[in-house]
Amino acid sequence: MSRAILYDSTLCIGCKACEGGCAERWGLPYNDKIAAEERISAHKLTAVETHGERFSRRLCMHCAEPTCVSVCPVGALQKTSLGPVVYDAEKCMGCRYCLQACPFQVPSYEWNQRLPKMRKCDMCYERQSQGKQTACAEVCPTGATKNGERDQLLAEARQRIAEKPGQYYGKIYGVKEVGGTSVLYLSAVPFEQIGLRTSVPQEALPDLTWRVLDLTPDVVSTGSVLLGGIWWITNRRDEVAKKEGRRK
Amino acid sequence: MSLKLPKVTVWRAIFAVILLAGLYATYLRVVYGLGGATNLTDQFPWGLWIGFDVLCGVGLAAGGFTLVAIVHIFNIERYKPILRPAILTAFLGYSLVVVALLYDLGRPDRIWHPLIMWNPRSVMFEVAWCVTLYTTVLFLEFIPVVFEKFGWHKPLGWIHNVSVPLMIAGVLLSTLHQSSLGSLYLIVPEKLYPLWYSPFLPALFYISAIAVGLSMTIFESWHSSRAFGRALELSLLASMARVLAVLMSAYLWLRFLDMAHRGVFGLLLRNRTETWLFALEIALMAVPTLLLYQRKVRMSPGALYACVVMVLFGFIANRLNVAVTGMEASSGTHYVPKWTEVAVTLSIVGGGFAIFRVVAEYFPIFEAHTNQHAPEKVAEMEAAAVAVE
Repeated sequence: MSRAILYDSTLCIGCKACEGGCAERWGLPYNDKIAAEERISAHKLTAVETHGERFSRRLCMHCAEPTCVSVCPVGALQKTSLGPVVYDAEKCMGCRYCLQACPFQVPSYEWNQRLPKMRKCDMCYERQSQGKQTACAEVCPTGATKNGERDQLLAEARQRIAEKPGQYYGKIYGVKEVGGTSVLYLSAVPFEQIGLRTSVPQEALPDLTWRVLDLTPDVVSTGSVLLGGIWWITNRRDEVAKKEGRRK
Repeated sequence: MSLKLPKVTVWRAIFAVILLAGLYATYLRVVYGLGGATNLTDQFPWGLWIGFDVLCGVGLAAGGFTLVAIVHIFNIERYKPILRPAILTAFLGYSLVVVALLYDLGRPDRIWHPLIMWNPRSVMFEVAWCVTLYTTVLFLEFIPVVFEKFGWHKPLGWIHNVSVPLMIAGVLLSTLHQSSLGSLYLIVPEKLYPLWYSPFLPALFYISAIAVGLSMTIFESWHSSRAFGRALELSLLASMARVLAVLMSAYLWLRFLDMAHRGVFGLLLRNRTETWLFALEIALMAVPTLLLYQRKVRMSPGALYACVVMVLFGFIANRLNVAVTGMEASSGTHYVPKWTEVAVTLSIVGGGFAIFRVVAEYFPIFEAHTNQHAPEKVAEMEAAAVAVE
């Protein structure tokens, strides 16, 4: 089974308790100035955004087939069977391909550190593996952020839409986006109006590069035979020509 | 020999200024990190150092594998006089790409990590392995020049014994990573502007790398003939230029076919930065291609040089458009490199030119290669040289 987060924008009151809980869990500083920043960064792994009267929370989407995991050259990022996408800072060499490739622009870099790391939400992997709730879900006073099994949360989201169709935009963000994510969104309005990227493809992205990388053995085997053959023929032609005295 | 102070020329003065700026930028990079030395952000994580130093650097060094394939695998011997400069350019080019990576990586002390921590699904992993292996191959392809210079025949023989598999490996490794630099961008279909995003990026990067490798070889032959007072191998260069024209035509044809199939020509009607920079890039490639089809242009050293320089700039424009121009709109920010990024890049380029010049002056790069088959002759010459000293 796979853990997930359901964020219901219609229940969110913008109190930013999730931000505070997250900062505390990571041991990051949190004050009024940081609370005012409406963007995730290396010192703020989740952020509540204001869109007119509505709120929206940003955090790592924990994709089912994460782009960042596929692009990381050293395997520092892994999708756990529990659901969270986790990061091993000891492996990371700082190429920042994860920042470049993430379709949700989630990973942040410690640009001003001398020995920098990438930073992003890990859906409280340790807490969840001990059976605890994520820090953000635990402190949420209205139930806007809920932590649980993805299947159950998905069923609950569908039920909420079915019970109050007038209150919700009829879709759930995260079901099909880039092949499905472990963070699901409910909203009263179309998702782009609360700052979510609706231009992302509906299929998982790693296949795009894997289709080409998968050809590597073919290129190497065919190529070496072909080049070896060409070398042998042209070289042989020269040798024969020399022997027959047509050349010096 | 007496110690002479180098003559002060305009170029040397400019080079000194660039180098000093580069040194100060290096200090800033080390002490204040990427944030202090670059304008990179979470929204725009790859800038000039990846776009120019890595993407252009690797491409501009493609002459090495192209010429090795022409001379040693296809056995077209008449190109031999320009093989060594091409190998030297490639070896220097790749070494400088590694230097640039040391600036760009957040943790340069871990540059070796991909060699032991594997993720075969990552294009970057493949590029890391290919570049490491190919730089080693280039070193082995270049080192005979050093052995010849000092008359060490035994190691010369060892390398000669493995030279064919080595050269084939070099061509294959180049094919893989030159195309993979394009594959890096396959994973950002919704981020890279549609004038540049294409499922054919690997093929396009590969063909343009071969074309720019030929251009670079012509470019440096032209310069070295002036610097070292050699005769220009004009008939050779002209026949390469003809191949270049055909390759560029194939490249442009593939690009326009692909754009037609993806139906993106309508974007060209929009008055946006992307449109104008795309037009510039295509013009810099198409104009020299058309010109080079004319014999008169190919046989005129000045016109040939101008065409080749246009192709080089067209190539650089293409790579920077993919890495910077095409990624801006979706990032939500505007990226202009900091002066420190420019200073480091210029220092690396300037360093490359300077090292090439010094190596070409002291090692047998531009000599006729009769020596390779007659090591005794080298030994005689060496003995004579020692006697004179």
